[in-house]
Amino acid sequence: MAARALGLVLLLALAGLPFVPMAGMRQYTIHVLVQIFIWSFIGGAWALMGRFGLTSLGHGAFLGLGAYTSTLLWNSFGLTPWVGAVVAVLLTAGLAVIVAYPCSRFQVVGHYFGLVTLAVGEVVRLLIIAERDWTGGSLGLTVKPAGGDSVLALQFADRRVFYYGALVLWLAGLGVWRWVDRSMARSAMEAIGEDETAAASVGIHVTRFKVGITVLSAVLTAIGGIAYAQYISYVNPDTLAGIGVSLRIVFAVVLGGMYSLLGPTVGTALTIALAEYLRVLFGLKFIGMAETIYGLLLILFIIFLPAGIYGSARELFRRRRPAGRGGPRYGPPHPPDVRSAPA
Amino acid sequence: MIDPVFLAEAAINGLLLGGVLALLALGLNLIFGVIDIVWIAYVDLVMLCMYAVYFVVQVYGWPIWVGGLVSVALGALLGIAVHLLIISPILTSAPVNQLLATGGLLFFLQSFATFLWTTDHRSVRLALPRLEILDMPISVARLIAFALAIVAMLGLYLFLTRTYIGTAIRAVSQDREAMALMGANPQRVYVVTSAVGGAMAGLAAALLIIQYAVHPFFGAAFGPITFMICVLGGLGNMVGAFVASFIMSEVIAVSGVIWSTEMGYVIAFVVFIVMIFVRPGGILARRG
Amino acid sequence: MLALSNVTAGYGAFTALWDVSLRVDAGEAVAVVGPNGSGKTTLMRVISGLIAPRAGTLTFEGKAIGGRPAYEIVGHGIAHVPEGRRIFPALSVADNLKMGAFLPAARATFAESLARVHALFPALAERRAQRAGSLSGGEQQMLAIGRALMSRPKLILLDEPSMGLAPVMVLRLFDLIRRVRQEGYTILVVEQNVRQVLKLVDRAYLLEVGRIKMEGQAAALAEQDFVRKAYVGL
Repeated sequence: MAARALGLVLLLALAGLPFVPMAGMRQYTIHVLVQIFIWSFIGGAWALMGRFGLTSLGHGAFLGLGAYTSTLLWNSFGLTPWVGAVVAVLLTAGLAVIVAYPCSRFQVVGHYFGLVTLAVGEVVRLLIIAERDWTGGSLGLTVKPAGGDSVLALQFADRRVFYYGALVLWLAGLGVWRWVDRSMARSAMEAIGEDETAAASVGIHVTRFKVGITVLSAVLTAIGGIAYAQYISYVNPDTLAGIGVSLRIVFAVVLGGMYSLLGPTVGTALTIALAEYLRVLFGLKFIGMAETIYGLLLILFIIFLPAGIYGSARELFRRRRPAGRGGPRYGPPHPPDVRSAPA
Repeated sequence: MIDPVFLAEAAINGLLLGGVLALLALGLNLIFGVIDIVWIAYVDLVMLCMYAVYFVVQVYGWPIWVGGLVSVALGALLGIAVHLLIISPILTSAPVNQLLATGGLLFFLQSFATFLWTTDHRSVRLALPRLEILDMPISVARLIAFALAIVAMLGLYLFLTRTYIGTAIRAVSQDREAMALMGANPQRVYVVTSAVGGAMAGLAAALLIIQYAVHPFFGAAFGPITFMICVLGGLGNMVGAFVASFIMSEVIAVSGVIWSTEMGYVIAFVVFIVMIFVRPGGILARRG
Repeated sequence: MLALSNVTAGYGAFTALWDVSLRVDAGEAVAVVGPNGSGKTTLMRVISGLIAPRAGTLTFEGKAIGGRPAYEIVGHGIAHVPEGRRIFPALSVADNLKMGAFLPAARATFAESLARVHALFPALAERRAQRAGSLSGGEQQMLAIGRALMSRPKLILLDEPSMGLAPVMVLRLFDLIRRVRQEGYTILVVEQNVRQVLKLVDRAYLLEVGRIKMEGQAAALAEQDFVRKAYVGL
C-alpha cells in the first residue's frame, strides 16, 4: 500500500516537473529525464528477453534498424514516422525471427546466443556504415526538419512535448512488462529457462515462446529507437547500433536488476546520471577518461554487485526486516546450461 | 568483366588474411572451449599488444622480432591477468554477468587507449622487398604473417595433442568435473589456457601490426569478423573456426574486388546471417 | 580407512542425504545399495569432493576431507569412477589413461601403473589409439576403472558401474572388479543391481531416500526382503 502511494506521488511529481521553476536548469533536467525515460523503456524491452536467459548483446541491431528505417523513409519520401514506425516494426520483427528461430530450434543459449546477437548487432552497424551513400555512414543522418511543430512528423520545438511523450512511453513499457509478468508466457518462459526439455515435454511450445518474446522485445526496442531519433533529430550508427549501445543497455538493466519492474529504470537512471557526471567532470579535458572510468566502474559493479543495485538493495532490506512481507520473487531462476553448440 | 588476375590476387590475399584471422578465432575458441566464457574484449587485447609492438619497434627502434616476442609475452600476461582479475571472480555468475564483465573490459580498453594515445592511427613500417608472382603484387608482410600464423597453429596443435598439459586442457574442455577427479586443479588449467589464448592474441597482434595500422577502435573493426567466424565455425569448435576463417576471408576479399570493400563486408555478413539460419551450430556441427 | 559421520548434503535447496554414517576399512569391499533417487550418487560425490557436505564429518585415514575440493582429495588416495563413466570421448584410450595419472606422484610411477592396468584390462592395451567415445559401454567402463587405477589410489569409489551394460557384460564387469579387489584395492561401490553386487562385497548399506536404513554383512543382507523384491520387481 505504501509503495502504491509512493508511486503515485512520484508519478505526479514527474508529471508536474516541467512546470516547476528550476533556475535555468530546467531544459537540462528535462533533457536528461527524456533520455532516462526512453532508455528505460528500451532497457525494459531488453529485460523481457534477459530475464528468461536470452542474453542479447545485439539489441543495437533493432535500435538501429528501427531508427534508420523511419528516418530514411521520412527524409527520402516524406513518410510520417508514425507509418515509418509500422514499417520499422515489421522489419525488426522479421530480423528477430531470423535470429530467434534457428537459435531456438537448435538450443543456442547463454554465451553462444550472446555472441550470435552481438555479431548481428555489429552487422547492422557496419552495414549502415558501408551503405554510406544513402545512410550517411559514420557521420550519421539528420532527421529532415519539418519546419515547426508537427505531430505528423513527430517534431516539436518545445522539449516538454517530448517529455510527456517519453513519460507516456515509459509508462507504457512498464505496462507491457507487467502484462508479460502476469501472463502464462511468464511461467512458460521460466519453465523453459529451467529445463527446456522438460518444458517441451509438458506441451510448452518452446520455439514459439522464445521467438515470440524476442519479437516483442525487438519491436519495442525499435520503437524506442525511433523515439530517440525523433527527439534528438539525428541518427548515427555508433550511438544507435553496434556493441557499444547494446552493452550499455544490458549494463543498465543488469545493474538495476532485470527481474523487477523498476529495475531497468533504476539502472538506466543511474548509468545516465553517472555518464553525465563524468562527462561534466572531464569535459573536453581528458578525452576518453570519462569512458574509461565508466568501463572500470561497470566491471567492478558486475563483479561485486551481481544481483544489481535493486536486487542487492532488496536483499539488504529483507535481511533487516525478517518478519517482512514476502515480496515478489527477485532472484534469478536456476541458470540455464551455457554450453549449447554440439562439440 | 573482372580480370582473372585481380580475382586470383584477391583470392590469395584472402587466404593470407584468413591465416591471421584463424589465429584470432582459435584463441577465442580455446578459451571458450575450456572455461566456457567468451572474451568479448579479445580483439581489444590484440589492440593493446599491437600498440606494444608499435612502441617497441617504431618508437624505440628494436627489431621486429623483438617486438614480436614482447607482444607474445605481453599477450600471455594479459591473458593471465584478465582471467585472475575479471573471469575468476565471476566463474559461477549468470552468463549475462560474465558477458558484461568482458564487455566492460572492452569499453575500458578502448577508452583507455583513446585517453593514452588518442585516436591517431599508428603503423609499423618495415622495409620489405616487393614481390611479384605471375604479375601479381603480393605483400611480403602478408606472406610472412600467414606463414607464421600457420606455424603457430601447428604449434598449438602439437601442444594440445602431444604435451601433458595440452591434453589436460582438451580433457577439461570435454569434461571439467571428470578432470577434477583426476587431480587437476581447474583454476590452474584455466590460467594456462588463458595464457596460451593471450599469447595467441599477442602473436596475432605482431602479425597484424605489420599489415594494418592500430588505433583504439581496432577491435571494433576486427572484432565482429572474429565473432562471426567463431559462430560460423561453431563456438568451441577448433577445426570449424579454422575452416570458417578462410571462408569468411575469401568472401570478403573476393567480393571486395568484384564490387567494393564495403560490399565485401556486406556480403560476408549476409553469408553469416544465412549460415545462422541454416546451420546455427556451425558449419561443421552435427545435426540434431 | 574411510569414515562418514552424520553427513548431510544436497543441491541448492534440496537435501539428498540425511545424517549418513558409514565406514569402509582397509582391504574391504563395501556396497551401498538402494532404489533410484535414494542419494547414492550424491554420497559418492560428497566423498570425492565434488559436493561439499552441509553437516557431518568425513575422514580418510584419519585426515578430515569434508569440504575439501575434489582435486585435493584425489591426492589423498581416493579415486572416483563417476556415474556414466565420464571418460573423455574425444581423447584416445591412451590419453584417457594418461589423464588418470595427472598427480605428480602418479606420473612418477606411470609406466608401472600402465603395465598393471594393461594386465588387468588387455582390451585397453589393444585399443590404445582408439577414440574413447567409440568404445562399447563395457569397454568404456573398463577404461574408466583403469583410469582411476592410474592415480594409485587406496580407495576406489565405483558409482553404478553396471549401468547401461548388457547382462553378460555386467557379469564380466563384476569379475573384473573382483580382480581389482584382489590386487589389494579397497572398494566402495554403489549399485542398483543388488544381487550381483552383494556377491562381490563383504558388507553393505541400504540407502533409502537419503538415509541409511540397514547395514550388515553381504550374505545377511542378501536374505532380506528388499533384495528379493528387487530381483522380482525391478
